[in-house]
Amino acid sequence: MTEVPGEGRHELLAAMNQSILDGDDEAADRLAREALAARIEPLEAIDRGFTPGLREVGRLFEDGEYFLPELVTAAQAMQAAMAVLRPVLGEQASERTLGRVVIGTVPGDIHDIGKTLVGTLLAANGFEVSDEGVDVPIERFVERARELDADLVCASALLTTTMAMQRDLVNAVRSAGLRARVLVGGAPVNQAWAEEIGADGYAENAAAAVDLARRTVPP
Amino acid sequence: MTSTPPAPLTETLRPRVTVLSDPQVDGIVDQALDVLATVGVEVEDDATRSLLADAGERLNGERVFLRERSVRDAIASAPSRLLLADRDGGELDLSGDNVHFDPGSTALHILDRETRRRRSPSARDVVHLAWVTEACRNIQAQSTGLVPADVPETVADCYRLYLALRHSRKPVVTGTFRGDGFAVMRDMLIAVRGSEEELRRRPLAIFDCCSTPPLIWSELAARSLIDCARAGIPAELISVPLGGATAPVTLREMVVQHCAESLSGLVIHQLASPGSPVVYGGAPAAFDMRHGTASMAAVEAMMVDVACCQVGKRLGLPTHAYMGLSDAKSADWQAGAESAMGVGLAALAGINMVSGPGMLDFASCQSLEKLVLDNEACASALRLASGVSQASAGLATELLAGDRNFLGHPHTRRNFRAELHMPGPAISRGSYGEWEQAGGRDAFDAAAVEVDRILARGNPAPLPDDTARELDRLMDGEAARCGVEGPSWSL
Repeated sequence: MTEVPGEGRHELLAAMNQSILDGDDEAADRLAREALAARIEPLEAIDRGFTPGLREVGRLFEDGEYFLPELVTAAQAMQAAMAVLRPVLGEQASERTLGRVVIGTVPGDIHDIGKTLVGTLLAANGFEVSDEGVDVPIERFVERARELDADLVCASALLTTTMAMQRDLVNAVRSAGLRARVLVGGAPVNQAWAEEIGADGYAENAAAAVDLARRTVPP
Repeated sequence: MTSTPPAPLTETLRPRVTVLSDPQVDGIVDQALDVLATVGVEVEDDATRSLLADAGERLNGERVFLRERSVRDAIASAPSRLLLADRDGGELDLSGDNVHFDPGSTALHILDRETRRRRSPSARDVVHLAWVTEACRNIQAQSTGLVPADVPETVADCYRLYLALRHSRKPVVTGTFRGDGFAVMRDMLIAVRGSEEELRRRPLAIFDCCSTPPLIWSELAARSLIDCARAGIPAELISVPLGGATAPVTLREMVVQHCAESLSGLVIHQLASPGSPVVYGGAPAAFDMRHGTASMAAVEAMMVDVACCQVGKRLGLPTHAYMGLSDAKSADWQAGAESAMGVGLAALAGINMVSGPGMLDFASCQSLEKLVLDNEACASALRLASGVSQASAGLATELLAGDRNFLGHPHTRRNFRAELHMPGPAISRGSYGEWEQAGGRDAFDAAAVEVDRILARGNPAPLPDDTARELDRLMDGEAARCGVEGPSWSL
């Protein structure tokens, strides 16, 4: 077994960081493989290579320097790296997961962008995300949440006409006896609506949704 | 008949607005030449009249009649490009269709944030204007935009320049209030640039020289033209026809008068120093037939601005106009509509220097909050003028056939910054909830938050100590010369 000596290891970790900043999923994938080949611990690659990059991207976004395309491509690069590293983590993988999430757009609504954005950011930030797509039947949400023993069910609605489906979803999750908390979002949705339908939380935008998810799922 | 060949498919079209055909522009220039030869201009300065007489122009009292050949010579000797440079040498290229903005200048009032009424500006306000201008990315030049009321009038012109130079890197659009005010202002510019030679090579300021309508050059303006020409400091010809009051009411004839006044100024300027840099500027206004006010934000004034710019381009000169200002009394809907239309038209017309942002109430009142908002309008105007890029031509099929997650697509990440202008925080682009959470502010209040953020950072562009000391020395000297006591000029 050969380990990468200090200098080379440092360069590799810096390159991982940069691949996230650049939103370069091909580079992130390649660097994750190189790390494994060089016998760098997957946890070290994640914690000291890729995650600092993601954190930096988040900071740049908050500061108004980065915008959504940079946020999303960074998240995609993070996912590319995780796809390589997660299988190797074994037992550690489930310990490291912040929570399991089922996400989708409610029945009758085909709006994709907000939901995908939230899903991508949750996944990049350490949640295990199952994106069910758009126009997802209520039963499908419930069924998947049960299968995965999900911590969170996240439902998006962009239309005032489809918003009501979020209420049906909350009721369905509750009556199925699932432990999952239900978070809602979308353009017409607000805190008052979330409270009215008995949802467990609402976030104004994708970045806030990540914070909300962290707060909602106990460690 | 000639026809321009179609642009290659991959070339981005530069959107343009014109209000006159080329033959109509030529007709206006011809008529202006006729006015100068047969009606002449009044020149109130003896030395300037002597200069013109020595060159062979015919005089009758204060009136000077200019021969077409003299005017054509002046047009030919004036440079078609002006490279203005900021304090650090960053260049503003005043030529072609390049567009730059500077705050409207010489306001007698500032809009008070709390009362939303005008008040007299202090020297501190002059400093704050420089700081805010420095922070506005789409306002490329500063101006001595406020007349401080807490400083004796005799030194107010050079004091404004002193403060502008100490508090912003950007080049300055300025001017003198008095005949003997030029020398110290020139010396201040030399002090910042390092030497007279350097200042000639890289001009740091433009001086506005305003003719008096109709067809009059006052002593102050004529001397200023000659001073600028000899010092190699760019002069900006500012003809201010007021249609229906000090100029004919028809727009075309306003443009003729503007052209005649400007060309007579050009002759004086180029006689004093052939080849010296000069800008074909102006501040035409529409006379309001109910209130008797001079509106530079009236749509007709803007049409004349665009027409004058076409004439200036035809003459091969850098161009200027007063646009992006408003006659409104507060930074309200009227202010936004008039200013945005002004900067939009100016950008489409390709006017090289556009003075106006921040200005209200017939160019008499500056507002820091409006300047921050106008900066956003300028950004949109510049984006508009940059056109529809053809750089991705042919890629649509490939893009639509592939991964349709466009938000996470490398093509988006590569192109979105150039394609989509991202407005600053004073512009509401968030959701209703985000807007509400951030305080639910209207444009003015949102801009006020930005202004506070900028002012809290302090002087963004302090001068090196030795340069600052030299400016102090010049300011002290001028104050002493004018018999004004200044406790401490630096702020």
